[in-house]
Amino acid sequence: MKEDEYCELDFEENILQSPINRREFLKITAGGIFVLFTLGDTSVLAQQRRSSGRSGTPSDFNAYLRIGEDGRVTCFTGKIEMGQGIVTSLAQMLAEELDVSLETVDMVMGDTNLCPWDRGTFGSMTTRFFGPPLRAAGAEARGVLMELAAEYLEVPKDRLIAKNGVISDKSKPQNQVTYAQLAKGKKITRRLKKEAQLKKASEFTVIGKPVKRTDALEKVTGKAQYAGDVQLPGMLYACILRPPAHGATLKKVDTAPAQKINGVQVVQDGDLIAVLHKYPDVAERALAQIKADYDVPPAKVDDKTIFQHLLNTAPRGSTAAEGGSLKNGESQSSITVEETYLNSYVAHAPIEPHTAVAKIEGNKITIWASTQSPFGLQSAVTNTLGFSAENVHVLTPFVGGGFGGKNYNQQGVEAARLAKLTGKPVQVAWSRKEEFTYDPFRPAAIVKIKSGVTESGKLALWDYHVYFAGSRGAQQFYEIPHHLTAVHGSGWRSTPGTHPFRTGPWRAPANNTNTFARESHIDTMAEKAGIDPLEFRLKNLTDQKMVRVLKTAAKKFGWTPSKAPSGRGYGIACGIDSGTYVATMAEVEVNKKTGHVQVKRIICAQDMGLVINLEGARLQMEGCIIMGLGYALTEEIHFEGGKILDLNFDTYEITRFSWLPKIETVLIDDKNAPAQGGGEPAIVTMGGVIANAIYDAIGVRLLQLPMTPERIKEQMIKG
Amino acid sequence: MKEIIQFKLNKKPVKVTVDSDRMLLWVLRTDLGLTGAKYGCGEGYCGSCTVLIDKRAVRSCILPVKNVKGKEVTTIEGLAKNGVLHPLQKAFIAHDALQCGYCTPGMILRAYSFLQKTPKPTHSDIIKNLDGNLCRCGSHNRIVQAIQSAAKEMKGE
Repeated sequence: MKEDEYCELDFEENILQSPINRREFLKITAGGIFVLFTLGDTSVLAQQRRSSGRSGTPSDFNAYLRIGEDGRVTCFTGKIEMGQGIVTSLAQMLAEELDVSLETVDMVMGDTNLCPWDRGTFGSMTTRFFGPPLRAAGAEARGVLMELAAEYLEVPKDRLIAKNGVISDKSKPQNQVTYAQLAKGKKITRRLKKEAQLKKASEFTVIGKPVKRTDALEKVTGKAQYAGDVQLPGMLYACILRPPAHGATLKKVDTAPAQKINGVQVVQDGDLIAVLHKYPDVAERALAQIKADYDVPPAKVDDKTIFQHLLNTAPRGSTAAEGGSLKNGESQSSITVEETYLNSYVAHAPIEPHTAVAKIEGNKITIWASTQSPFGLQSAVTNTLGFSAENVHVLTPFVGGGFGGKNYNQQGVEAARLAKLTGKPVQVAWSRKEEFTYDPFRPAAIVKIKSGVTESGKLALWDYHVYFAGSRGAQQFYEIPHHLTAVHGSGWRSTPGTHPFRTGPWRAPANNTNTFARESHIDTMAEKAGIDPLEFRLKNLTDQKMVRVLKTAAKKFGWTPSKAPSGRGYGIACGIDSGTYVATMAEVEVNKKTGHVQVKRIICAQDMGLVINLEGARLQMEGCIIMGLGYALTEEIHFEGGKILDLNFDTYEITRFSWLPKIETVLIDDKNAPAQGGGEPAIVTMGGVIANAIYDAIGVRLLQLPMTPERIKEQMIKG
Repeated sequence: MKEIIQFKLNKKPVKVTVDSDRMLLWVLRTDLGLTGAKYGCGEGYCGSCTVLIDKRAVRSCILPVKNVKGKEVTTIEGLAKNGVLHPLQKAFIAHDALQCGYCTPGMILRAYSFLQKTPKPTHSDIIKNLDGNLCRCGSHNRIVQAIQSAAKEMKGE
């Protein structure tokens, strides 16, 4: 699928070649056995690169592994850990191919001095695109070790066996050598050239097993370090003066009252006015003393009028898919349905706000940042502050949630600028209010669908237009002879004047919107055709993978056919994201007086090909489902022009414990299929499945996300 | 106004000379260098700054440091005893009850406080008591399971 291409999923065109080239790399690294590789080393991506004509990866290498002289295996990658669990699953892949225990593997992530260039961690791409070359590199390293062992033990290679970091003679097991012994005093560097022989699924001992998170001990003891936990001698905490609304301009400012506070330093550099102090709370208090007058442009749009505004500014659509003729489709249809679906702006709202610490020494700058894109930050600081790339060192401690929101690195550049201006190490940790203001929200979007079904219950017409959500998940997968899918405007690269503030990719960008609209609409068609919604889907599907996940979910759920609304509050929705197939079923209860929805039960079946970490994959599915309840039921940014009205968790409501449904996840572990994405797919069905369940409960169709009690009551009155 | 504030922190006596109106969270994180308690919202809505004052969970981002004078403050760093993890910490690991881990210290300490009063909690007791602590990654169900299994191991201790 086009939208699954690695390059297409890039968030910012911000390519900077790795400051570490091979020559530099060989200079800085210690002894051991190295295998260098890039994402482009396996056929999946190579094929895509040919088709897109663009390369998202450097031509040299963008990751490597080392078998150290102590026998430990280290993977150096620009990917980062933000909760999605790749710190564990990538280590599993290496342990598998190298025949070492998981405990022997260390992950060095998101450090621009140690790790070669990487585009960033997003799009559920790590396992899909980084996994295969990582495994191949592991296999390559194992091959090198086998060659060395054959020489060392004076035994032909085919008589050797590797286990737990030890290579021994099959016929004389006491004749053995460890990886550490083999790596000692060596410096062997291999560039992964061809696809190495990966292990077959039947040989797996680590891949596919449920493995607990390897970072859990640090995280339950408070030892895990996040960017805000980095404290340096002489460091100042900065609070930045912000306008009351996006688009406001500063007229007059008086910083004198802040300057009077002991130990406070005020810095002004063009648009950047900041108050710094050795305590963050004192800096915050001092900032409140600054008197500033702004020109705030009159609000032209708000959260209610935005949809009409977007439709007015929408560009012509680009065709994502088409077939047959819409005219023929219409004439073949006995019933046609036309509907418009809306969704509001949504915040990423990670519990850790954007944070960065910057320190300058001579012509070098070091930045610790909560970022999904450490090399993006390196590039931004290089461009903004005039450091040369090799003198910008970005480190990524644990990231306290990202969900697509931590790709832009504004806070990292702010910290770097302030470190330069003050000559001291500076920490910029956004307040929750700043987080809700400068977060690149998921864009408000509109989907218009006109569809038709024949007398025999077959979909014949599908005319689909999505505005400003983006293309991911827009292409439908039902068997429809006459169809058109048009994408109007991008999910986040829009012309000025489109959105009143910045928008960006939000977990499974575009797909939440597209799946909500498509799956709601499919249910409406099923109802008009007088067919049970599961049966209707199966009748109009030939994609056997989708058929299988739907049947799997239905079996687990105990789905029995009925025409909606049955009063049971059952819902169904399915979707494809990041190569993964998802079918979700829900049972909800709707309080007709208050409009409150309680989701009682969710069953989610997922086919993600080979599952690397059975436990981690389930945890991601559960996370998707629980987070998805928020955008389905409550999450919505209210605003007047550029002024954001939801600035904390009191009005911006994310999922709480009391909302929890009973959740059951089913993984179709297709061990012989390539591993697909896991961090995002299961969230895409959440809007649709709850909308359909609400309809089944009370016969009211919600056309706008989130489905708040107010909107439900309003629809009930409208009937 | 600067004042000398004395209290016990993770079993050890500490003395800080601070403006006593400053919030405990920042005194812990900056003056005392304990960064386990996290800033999440600054207004007491999310619970990631939770610490224990005399074994009761409080939100340190809205608690002036003068309020802990003479009291016993426990942060996540002080929960393990002599390097042995608390049953709650063990249970969070065993149930994979975390993802990004940022809310985890607050969750564990909130659960600790609640289990003191309710040693044999039902599922709905746990949900009710944890409802004010936010987790964005969606580890909620596993957190509930972890607390249930820790409660069994603790047997009311």
